Amino acid sequence: MSNRRDFMGMALGGFTALGGIGALYAMKRTWDPLPSVKSAGFTTIDLKDYKENVLATEKWRGKPVFVLKQTKEMIEKAKKNGELKRLIKVNDDYYMVAVGLCTHLGCIPGYNPADESFLCACHGGMYDSTAMVTKAPPPRGLDIPPFKIDGTKLVLGETGPEYEKMLADGTTMKV
Amino acid sequence: MKELKIFGIVAAFTLILYWGVEPFAHSQMHKHVEGHNLVYDGKADIEEASKDKKEAKKKFWAEVKEIAKLKGDPVAGEATYAMCAGCHMEGAANMGGVTPPSLDHAGAIYDKNFLIALIKNPAMATNVDHKYKDTSTHPMGSISSMVSAPQDIANVVAYLKAKKAGEVTPKEAYIEACGRCHANRYGKLTQLGEIPKTKSNIKTGQDIEKMKYDQKVAEEQAALADYLGKLPPDLSIIYRARSEHFLHTFVENPQSQLAGTAMPRTGLDHEGMEKVMAYLEETGDPSKPARDALGPYVLIFFVIFTILAYLWKKSQWKDLH
Amino acid sequence: MAHFDENAKPFSHQWLNERLAIDTLQRVLSTEYWIPKNINFLWAMGMVLAATFGILLISGIFLLMYYQPNTNLAFDSVNYTIMTEVGYGWLWRHIHGVGASVVFLIIYIHMFTGIYYGSYKRGRELIWISGMLLFVLFSAEAFSGYMLPWGQMSYWAGMVITNLFSGGSLHADGLVEWIRGDYVPAQAFLGRFFMLHVLLLPLVIIGAIVFHFGTLRIPHVNNQDGEEFDFDEAARLYKEGKKKESKVIPFNPVFLSKDVFVMGIYFIFFFYLVFYHFEFAMDPVNFDPADGLKTPAHIYPEWYFLWSYEILRPFSTNVGLIAFAIAQVIFFLLPFLDRSPNVAPASRRGKFKFWFWAMLIDMIVLTFMGKLPPEGAWSTIGLIAALVFFALWIALPIITKSEKKL
Repeated sequence: MSNRRDFMGMALGGFTALGGIGALYAMKRTWDPLPSVKSAGFTTIDLKDYKENVLATEKWRGKPVFVLKQTKEMIEKAKKNGELKRLIKVNDDYYMVAVGLCTHLGCIPGYNPADESFLCACHGGMYDSTAMVTKAPPPRGLDIPPFKIDGTKLVLGETGPEYEKMLADGTTMKV
Repeated sequence: MKELKIFGIVAAFTLILYWGVEPFAHSQMHKHVEGHNLVYDGKADIEEASKDKKEAKKKFWAEVKEIAKLKGDPVAGEATYAMCAGCHMEGAANMGGVTPPSLDHAGAIYDKNFLIALIKNPAMATNVDHKYKDTSTHPMGSISSMVSAPQDIANVVAYLKAKKAGEVTPKEAYIEACGRCHANRYGKLTQLGEIPKTKSNIKTGQDIEKMKYDQKVAEEQAALADYLGKLPPDLSIIYRARSEHFLHTFVENPQSQLAGTAMPRTGLDHEGMEKVMAYLEETGDPSKPARDALGPYVLIFFVIFTILAYLWKKSQWKDLH
Repeated sequence: MAHFDENAKPFSHQWLNERLAIDTLQRVLSTEYWIPKNINFLWAMGMVLAATFGILLISGIFLLMYYQPNTNLAFDSVNYTIMTEVGYGWLWRHIHGVGASVVFLIIYIHMFTGIYYGSYKRGRELIWISGMLLFVLFSAEAFSGYMLPWGQMSYWAGMVITNLFSGGSLHADGLVEWIRGDYVPAQAFLGRFFMLHVLLLPLVIIGAIVFHFGTLRIPHVNNQDGEEFDFDEAARLYKEGKKKESKVIPFNPVFLSKDVFVMGIYFIFFFYLVFYHFEFAMDPVNFDPADGLKTPAHIYPEWYFLWSYEILRPFSTNVGLIAFAIAQVIFFLLPFLDRSPNVAPASRRGKFKFWFWAMLIDMIVLTFMGKLPPEGAWSTIGLIAALVFFALWIALPIITKSEKKL
């Protein structure tokens, strides 16, 4: 008899917990980014607008995105280092497009056109002109945002075949 | 069973209280207006009209009735319609306070009798003739000098009913019937239509395109406010601010709910009214589908919860009496 | 110093007991917190209120994440962002709106239960007074919350209620401006009422709830017959297993099991309202954005304030304000105005029985009239009901003094 008593109490408790899980799901959904935030996660840039070795900064999902049109020398160097796969080729030009946040702890590295390299002032990390890391502490080169090539335009936030290839061969991590 | 009796008393007082502060109070607060089922024969207009206007209105609506009997020729109507299209076109400019609305679905959303009346005398048809010295001072007043022969009117209306009557979405119906005067910011609509997507300059943080657009909207609104006496309200959540009955009867004949209002009758037919209301519900009460989907589950949960709680209570109280 | 066993495993039962006295706490607060057996479902209203307060708190937390206490943004943050964009935002808002209204229904049932069974008398005065304090605090909480969507009703309720503080002919306009932080309800006003609603008042309410529970501990909960008995003796019997003979039951699990069942029924009702019948709690007028240049055709408070609002209305400014002020505090004095020594249900208390039902019906009449336009017959009925309200309070000491001792 006392078993039955416990059983009913526990059955009720268990069932209430089930409802609690439902409520927690609703609460989790309330914390999710709003649809308007998500739909704002696309930025279109036109690669025609950029000049060689002049760093441009765009904004995508509130983050800075570096665009650096490569010079002939840079392309040669990238070929030699096997980093050509980090660049986006449109017509015959190569562009470095990457999220401008240091992969160490998220500061914005500064570009020095004379050295053609990036230096992150926070902890001294360095990157070359393809945004590949050349000096620790950053664990990897700057991340490349999802992109889709549309003529000379680049839609950041959409995933095209070129970006999928970069993801597949480990050139960049998913951001 | 004493508990049930007590529960009955509590429930009865609660229901009486509810009846008094909701249905009863609201029935006393708002005057009751009978709808006329979207029939536009001028009956209500004639009843409401002041003595000096009664005869003119009677005559006007009798003439409308006569024209409605004529058989319109859509082909001939298309040629006459060119006169309408001179103003009712894509990118039309503000004319005398309001921008002429698109007529792309006019045949579907507006009533035939109303369209005839409108072409014959816009001020009288929309029941705002009190605002104009004579109909020629209405922004659309010039129509009566361009299309005046009864057969021409019948032809144009026949054309609209035949060719401008395709499938219409709730949003299109709203934009055409209401959108020239009423913004709907939750639907991202201004008096100029859909708000275009613009981008701010990354160096200055300013969005010049948006500023230019906002200025255009502000100018349009100023013209409207001058013309109508005040800026017509945004209709984003009018669906929750007014009862459905109010909205129906008000749209059907604004004067019946708000005597002297500058709002013209829009002449919606059943399809038009249904579509416009659907859009108002969409922007004003967007959570309805989610509510309807979730509600039964939550209620079933608490019914089972209550059954389990009852069984628990019974087991706990078994030995007590 | 207390004894701590070195060998007790951290966080074991013994270890916790030595540090927190969990066994004693459980005994005192739940398994040996004795409740009379002779009760009906109305005794569950306290827990129902506690649960509703919990629901209001939780839904409020999630509304707070996207609400913007800014006169330009508040309306759309509620009606667009929360209702359209935020995941389940509409659910929190409907729960919060319906909860704010229903909590007053339960408070009134709880209050009138106390009045009917004489649960404010002889030793239970502080239970009543702390409960009335909670009523006032909940009223302030409800009013401040009503300001936040910044619709037409928010604005004009804010205007009218803060004007009450001018004190009629006293013309304390400086006080009104001080309360608003402006000449009219504006940003300063919205900001401070937001603070009151989400911080200061909830803190005070939680404190007052704890106090209300505390006042119950020594006089114990009343029972259906107002019977006075020895709780220690009854508890002894229960613990000895003579449950049938004992007049008490432990709070946990026996009383709780009934509370939870009543709560279940209440939640079915509550969520039915949330999903299918919420209009009564969300007035249409408040879906028009605040406009300081246009008063709505009909303004009226939420239903739970209507009876006291109606007491204000039929009189001239000064008399009305005084009547209103008295109505706000008169219920605090109930334990002292009721001069009868009897603790018994109203049905057994002679004239008090009529007093009880007359008061209940009069307050319902006042509530009806408070919402109707103050014209013609409604005005007259309102005036009579207001006068009856005061007459009843004047009569209370007289009729209870002559009450026969049971």
